[in-house]
Amino acid sequence: MTDLLNKHSFVELGARQRAKALLDEGSFRELIDPFQRVMSPWLSRQGVVPQADDGVVIAKGAIAGLPVVIAAIEGNFQGGSLGEVGGAKIAGALELAAEDNRNGIPTCAVLLLETGGVRLQEANLGLAAIADIHAAIVDLRQYQPVIGVVAGSVGCFGGMSIAAGLCSYLLVTREARLGLNGPQVIEQEAGLEEYDSRDRPFIWSLTGGEQRFASGLADRYVADDVAQIQQQVTELLQQGLPTIQRSRQAEHYLQRLAVLDAEPQIDPATVRDLYQGERS
Amino acid sequence: METLSFEFPAGQPAKGRALVGCVGSGDLEVLLEPGTAGTLTIQVQTSVNGAQQRWQHLFERIFQEQTPPALNIDIHDFGATPGVVRLRLEQGFEEIAHD
Repeated sequence: MTDLLNKHSFVELGARQRAKALLDEGSFRELIDPFQRVMSPWLSRQGVVPQADDGVVIAKGAIAGLPVVIAAIEGNFQGGSLGEVGGAKIAGALELAAEDNRNGIPTCAVLLLETGGVRLQEANLGLAAIADIHAAIVDLRQYQPVIGVVAGSVGCFGGMSIAAGLCSYLLVTREARLGLNGPQVIEQEAGLEEYDSRDRPFIWSLTGGEQRFASGLADRYVADDVAQIQQQVTELLQQGLPTIQRSRQAEHYLQRLAVLDAEPQIDPATVRDLYQGERS
Repeated sequence: METLSFEFPAGQPAKGRALVGCVGSGDLEVLLEPGTAGTLTIQVQTSVNGAQQRWQHLFERIFQEQTPPALNIDIHDFGATPGVVRLRLEQGFEEIAHD
């Protein structure tokens, strides 16, 4: 019980609180803050209430003294979906961080990903923004680490799961889920027998943070605790660039997938063995 | 979705500004900024139609207890109950008082 009271949950924090919690005390400075009201021009027209920051918080500051820009997605607003404005905020922040590096300021980036991917109400504009985010991550990660954090409870899906895959390092919790398609989409396509989206243990066993870490698709597996997440993010930032980016190992993953027998129902252990290969 | 406007008598302008809440299911976002002396304006954008009277009564009840500072308040509501609205407003008033 005392453990529970002393624990400071990260998952329960909103996007702005998460950014504040990770940055050094007093260093938080928000860009395009909600009072500037740069909101989605598309939601109101479709009868959906907008949010003043479009569900994305961009903050500059420092982590262990290192210059950082944080992009935090608010999972409680429209499932963390990315539209034109929120997407442009993230892409712009990453592009400016790369520009910083070209001007001798070693700004790195931390992305707090709670998102179902593109906002369907904004369709192509959201897709285009996510493509911009991908390009901006690939540009920035030449200079400084781009760290993705998927804490939960929304998880990270769709085009933004590709963004997570492009990050220099990825940190997950047990609550996190990571997948190209969300469970309901897969169920709709593959059928209930193959993929029951309401079977939570089954869903987490395949797409949950622990499984993704054990399969080598995430670099850190951390408890849902502010201090521990902050410590791990700091360590990764101080580690500098990885020797090889995960997304540059496409050949390796394709070879692994080529040997998979897709006939029987896949189970978590098979996936781990498949990705880990001889290491397991 | 509906957009509603309200106006109430108020005291001197508040000093700070504050943002509380989130446009999530059953919740709302409240932005409070200093207004012109004597007037409190509220703009509500809500996902629930036909609730103008409910908002009016709720605001009246809160402000009759204590004259609020002059503010421009923006509310983005995603189906919050009157209890949640009141808690968020009180949270907002407390935050501007701290700044």
